[in-house]
Amino acid sequence: MLLVVILFLALSLLAYVLFGGADFGAGIIEVFSGRITRKTITHAIAPVWEANHIWLILIVVILFMGFPLIYAQMSLYLHIPLVVLLLGVVLRGTAFTFRHYDAIQDRSQIYYSFVFKLSSLVAPFFLGVITGALILGRIDQEAVTFYEAYIAPWFHGFSFVMGVFTCCLFAFLAAIYLVGEAETQAIKAHFLRIARNANIATVLAGGAVFLVAEWSGLPLGRMFWHSTAAFIAVVTATLSLPVLWWSLLKEQVVFPRLLAGFQTLLILGAWFWEQFPVFLQYADGTYLSLVEHAAPEATLRQLGLALIVGSLLILPGLFYLMKTFKAKRTVIKDRA
Amino acid sequence: MEDLLAARMQMAVSLGFHIIFSCIGMAMPFLMAISGYKYLQTRQQVYKDLTKAWSVGVAIFFAVGAVSGTVLSFELGLLWPTFMAHAGPIFGMPFSWEGTAFFIEAIALGLFLYGWDRLHPWVHWSAGVVVGLSGVASGIFVVAANGWMNAPAGFDWVNGQAENIDPVAAMFNDAWFSQALHMTLAAFVATGFAVAGLHAILLLKNRDNIFHRKALRIALTVGAVAALLQPLSGDISAKDVAERQPAKLAAMEAHFETSQPAPLVLGGLPDEDKKVVNYAIRIPGMLSFLAHGDFKAKVTGLDAFPPEEQPPVLVTHIAFQVMVLSGMLMAAIGLLYFLLSWRLPHLLRRNWFLWIVALATPLGFIAVEAGWTVTEVGRQPWIIYGIMRTSDAVTAMPGLAVSFYLFTGVYLLLALILVWLMKRQISTLPEKYPSANLKEYVTVH
Ligand code: HDD
Ligand code: HEM
Ligand code: HEM
Repeated sequence: MLLVVILFLALSLLAYVLFGGADFGAGIIEVFSGRITRKTITHAIAPVWEANHIWLILIVVILFMGFPLIYAQMSLYLHIPLVVLLLGVVLRGTAFTFRHYDAIQDRSQIYYSFVFKLSSLVAPFFLGVITGALILGRIDQEAVTFYEAYIAPWFHGFSFVMGVFTCCLFAFLAAIYLVGEAETQAIKAHFLRIARNANIATVLAGGAVFLVAEWSGLPLGRMFWHSTAAFIAVVTATLSLPVLWWSLLKEQVVFPRLLAGFQTLLILGAWFWEQFPVFLQYADGTYLSLVEHAAPEATLRQLGLALIVGSLLILPGLFYLMKTFKAKRTVIKDRA
Repeated sequence: MEDLLAARMQMAVSLGFHIIFSCIGMAMPFLMAISGYKYLQTRQQVYKDLTKAWSVGVAIFFAVGAVSGTVLSFELGLLWPTFMAHAGPIFGMPFSWEGTAFFIEAIALGLFLYGWDRLHPWVHWSAGVVVGLSGVASGIFVVAANGWMNAPAGFDWVNGQAENIDPVAAMFNDAWFSQALHMTLAAFVATGFAVAGLHAILLLKNRDNIFHRKALRIALTVGAVAALLQPLSGDISAKDVAERQPAKLAAMEAHFETSQPAPLVLGGLPDEDKKVVNYAIRIPGMLSFLAHGDFKAKVTGLDAFPPEEQPPVLVTHIAFQVMVLSGMLMAAIGLLYFLLSWRLPHLLRRNWFLWIVALATPLGFIAVEAGWTVTEVGRQPWIIYGIMRTSDAVTAMPGLAVSFYLFTGVYLLLALILVWLMKRQISTLPEKYPSANLKEYVTVH
């Protein structure tokens, strides 16, 4: 069952990056484009953001039930970035909902939008910081000072570059998604422009991650180089970018989304594969592993069962939800 | 502020905040389903408008419930890592099923809120019912996890480590049923009375309004039925607590000395140093009866426990009295409602009755908060009853007061905004929904 649980953990991470990421990214896009995109963004994410957000909860539950030591240790040493992430999640969800449902449209919209945009940047940034800190290897169980124990593990260039990379990736995913949701040609052109910029930024930030890792003595680059599978995955993801652009310019809707999802799968998959089974790296070279530090088999069996049965129940529902709201734009057009 | 205290307060504030939205998330979909059903049956526009107006409120509250719940699932680790490292694999099972319930709930909510004109009316209505069912399911799951902290099961504790873990036995611990039953009813009591009270206040301003009267009738009926059942379920809970956590029962009842038979202490101010209760009314033998079903039974007092294993008495006792008093008041209002609407036409137009319902608006939520205070404070000093102390479970990270103030501030702000948003929703009802202006004039004597 351990394998099933790890597979679900990886899938939930991927799903959260793809769907939750596109939600966050929509907020980031708003930072750079303001009012014109607001309506499209609201229509696109209002029905689905709550479902998208549950992937994060699933990750947490899998961690605390299946890998309790990992959950406990990361909660202890990464307390501060986790709290910031949470504040971001809280403010973003509420500001978005308040803006959407407030009965009176007045100045308050400005404040909701401000909080929504700010937290859309903060939350993914700290998600990246936390991911970076897990592999960076500055978590020190022997630490004595407050700084060494609770700040040094994540307050580092590598984590920050990971944060920036996460924001760029999310904005890129959102732009690709929103191109297909745009109501007018002008907005579509706008999202295409954002998608291009985000694409460039993501590739640059991705390069920076490897560079900073190298400077920090983290053999990230070498790890990817030495594994054929990871290498092929990253190269395929990069080389398929022109295909993505060709299909976007051909005004295809579904294919670019699938391709962008596939590229994300390749990058995340390569990284997970390379890391595996390390999940949390300590400063002294030891680490917490998804294999050795998993819960007892009796627990994993129940967790795996719940995940399998749960996904059989959920997937048709998710599919139906997405399908119902795909028919949306034709309906709006008919009325207008 | 000391770290342990800050952690406990932060946990209490976060849970006390979240539970409000949980109750609404569990009960409100059923109120909407009733009104939606009436619409589909009668095709009266007012029921459709009512369902829609309520659903906007639900969408707003649901989002706050979702994010505050997310905070909680991290907070368990952020504040109590030692607890979670041991407890996660044992009591995690209900949470893993809860995840499924959340997903189904969010999917169904998306369909319900945004599918009004896109889905077949009955498919749409069913989506609403599914929101409610999965809300209740998630409530039951998470309460089962809390039940495990009160009645640990499904493992052997050997030298500070859990062995032979059995998550299924942990989930179906001795407390899960009584707590889940009581909590589910509580959600309907609290939401029913709060919604009824709100519409009663609006009716007091506008007595002939049909929209608010229909709303009041649905909410009050649901709240009243649940309120009449709640004392029965509370009695099951009390007997259960007497069995599994005699120290908690003694603290709830401010029962300092073991006695046979034991009197029931009503009200009063416990003095924990002198071990007496001042200004209280005592009913002889009643506690024996309530706890064990026999007027002559022996009831264990706090003196049976060493001082370092006694829960705080003052808070637990007062919280318990507040819950029971609120419960009795609401049950009385429920009874009044059913008896009088049977004999007295136009009860929902009478000012005095509307005033009673309006005054009862917060009672249900007061009872919920008080009840959880009983359960959680009454479990102290244990985080896992009899196994692990709260003070051993708290995180090593210092300066927790900062995060306590931070989260308390955010929640306070959110609460204020929510009140303000609801006011704005209500003030725009007449423009948005034509039926919200409908009146029906009847003379009431
Ligand atoms: C509307 C809310 C409400 C109302 C009217 C009542 N309760 Fe309650 N009570 C709760 C809401 C609640 C709660 C908040 O939901 C608790 C906290 C934990 C739980 O399972 O339910 C609770 C806990 C709780 C406990 C502790 C359970 C435990 O620790 O396992 C007892 C003994 C009672 N209640 C008893 C009563 C009695 C005798 C009532 C008589 C009227 C009553 N409650 C009314
Ligand atoms: C399933 C649900 C719940 C779980 C898993 C849970 C868990 C916890 C934990 C881990 C603590 C800290 C340790 C301790 O003080 O023992 C705590 C404390 C507390 N919780 Fe809960 N809780 C739940 C429901 C609630 C609810 C709904 C409330 C509502 C008000 C609440 C109120 C409190 C209070 C007041 C404390 C502080 C007790 C004290 O330290 O004196 N709990 N809870
Ligand atoms: C007695 C205590 C609790 C009850 C009855 C309860 C019930 C509920 C309900 C009904 C919802 C649905 C959302 C809504 O309607 O607003 C919800 C949401 C949530 N709860 Fe709780 N809960 C409790 C305590 C907790 C605790 C202790 C945790 C974390 C460990 C938690 C985690 C969550 C999460 C993550 C969500 C969000 C799900 C979503 O995104 O839809 N809850 N809870």
